[in-house]
Amino acid sequence: MMNDILVLVIGAIFVNNFVLARFLGICPFVGVSRKLGDAIGMGIAVIFVLMLASVTCWLTYFYLLQPMKMEYMTTIVFILIIAALVQFVESVIKKIAPALYKSLGIYLPLITTNCAVLGLAILNVQSNYTLLQTVLHTIGASVGFTMALVLMAGIRERLEYADIPPSLRGVPITFVLAGLLAISFMGFIGML
Amino acid sequence: MSTDLIYPIALLGGFGLVFGVVLAIAALVFAVEIDPRVEAIEKLLPGANCGGCGFPGCSGYAEAMVLAGASGSMCPAVKPAERAKIGEILGIVIEESKPMIAVVRCAGCVTTEKSKYDYMGEQDCATAVILAGGPNHCRYGCVGMGSCVKACRFDAIHLRDGQTPEVDPAKCIACGKCAGACPKSLIAIMPADRDVIVMCSSRGKGKPVKDICAVGCIACGLCSKKCPETAITIEYNLPVIDYNKCTSCGTCAEVCPQKSILFKGKKQVAIGAEK
Repeated sequence: MMNDILVLVIGAIFVNNFVLARFLGICPFVGVSRKLGDAIGMGIAVIFVLMLASVTCWLTYFYLLQPMKMEYMTTIVFILIIAALVQFVESVIKKIAPALYKSLGIYLPLITTNCAVLGLAILNVQSNYTLLQTVLHTIGASVGFTMALVLMAGIRERLEYADIPPSLRGVPITFVLAGLLAISFMGFIGML
Repeated sequence: MSTDLIYPIALLGGFGLVFGVVLAIAALVFAVEIDPRVEAIEKLLPGANCGGCGFPGCSGYAEAMVLAGASGSMCPAVKPAERAKIGEILGIVIEESKPMIAVVRCAGCVTTEKSKYDYMGEQDCATAVILAGGPNHCRYGCVGMGSCVKACRFDAIHLRDGQTPEVDPAKCIACGKCAGACPKSLIAIMPADRDVIVMCSSRGKGKPVKDICAVGCIACGLCSKKCPETAITIEYNLPVIDYNKCTSCGTCAEVCPQKSILFKGKKQVAIGAEK
C-alpha cells in the first residue's frame, strides 16, 4: 500500500514531472519564472486549482459521464469545470492577495488553458485511477510543477547577473535552460 | 427528441448554470473596491483604446490618472468639454495641449514608369517593403497599400486615388498609430498650425529622382536660397524648415521647380492627376 502511494507520488514529482518530462504547462514555466516569489505564488495557485479540478473532473467522469455513456463530452466538460474554477480562484486572489494578483498578471487566467491542468484530469480518468489514487497523483503532479517552477526561477534570478549574449537574453536562454533541466531529469528514468 | 440529444444539452446547460451562479456569488463576496472616480473618468474618455496617451487603453489611462497621478492632458482625442469634466472629478485644472496632426510627407508616386515588379502578395505596406523596398521605384516613398488606413481607429486617413494617404484634419487626433504602421516612416506627428510642409522624403538628388517622380525633391536648394528668413537648410538632400523662423510667406513653395512643398494645403500642381 505504502509502496503504491510512494510510486504514484514520487513518480509524478520526479520521473514523470509534468513540466520537464511530459512538457505540459510550459507557458507559466517560462512566463512566471523570473522571480522566486512570483514562481511560488503561481505554484500555489496551480496546486489549488489542480486539486479542485482533478477531483471534480474525476467525480464528474465516473458518476456522471460514464453512467450516462457520454464519455465523448469529456474534453468540453472538463474545460468548463477548469475555467469556472480558475475564475473563482482569480476572484479570491484578487481580494486576498492583490500584490500577487498584479504580479501574476495575465498568467493567472492562463491557468485555464494550461495543458497541465487538462492533461492531469484526462490522465487520471484514462489510467482508471481510484479517487485516492487521483488525489495522490495530483499532489505529486502539482508539487512537481511547483518544484520545476521554483528551480527555474532560482536559476533565472542568478542568470540576471551573468554575461549572456544579447541575442540569447530573456526567453531564448530560458528555453536552453529548460532543455538542460529536462535532460537532467531524464536521469530519474528507471528509478521506480 | 432522443435522449442522445437531451442529455448532453442538459449536462452542459446544467453545468453552465451552476457555475454561473457560483461565480456570480463569488464575484459579490470577493468584490474588490475600485475607486468610483476611475469608472467615471473612463466613461468620459473616447473609448477608442488607441494608446496615444501611452497607457494600456482608456481604462489604463483612467486608472493612471486617479491612482498614479498621471497628467490629464495626455489624451489627444478627448474633447474640451469632457476634459473639463475629468478635471472636475480629479479636482484639478487640466491645460489644453497644442493640437497636433499626422502629416504624410510624400505626395505619392507621380510617374508614368511601370512599377519595379508585379506585386501579388498581401496588400500590406510592411509586407511589400520586404521585397526590394516595395514595387514603386522610389525607395523612400509611399507604398500605397493602406497599412496606415487600417491602423487608424478614427477613420481619419484615407487613400486618395487609391494610392496616396491623405489625413482628414477634422478627425485626426494625432494618436500616432498611422505613423507607427508606416514602414517608411513617412508620417510625422506635428503641430496642426504649420502652413508649409515638405511633401517628399526622398534622399536622392537630381535627375534620378526626377525620372521616377514628377513631384520628388531633387535637392536643388532653391527653396533654401530664396527663403527671406533663411529658415530652410538642406540636410540629406531634403529641405528642413525651422518653424521658429518660418513666417508662412510661401516663397519656397512658389520657387520649387518640382512643386514638392505644400503651402497652406494648396497643391501647386494637381498631384496624382497624371498616372
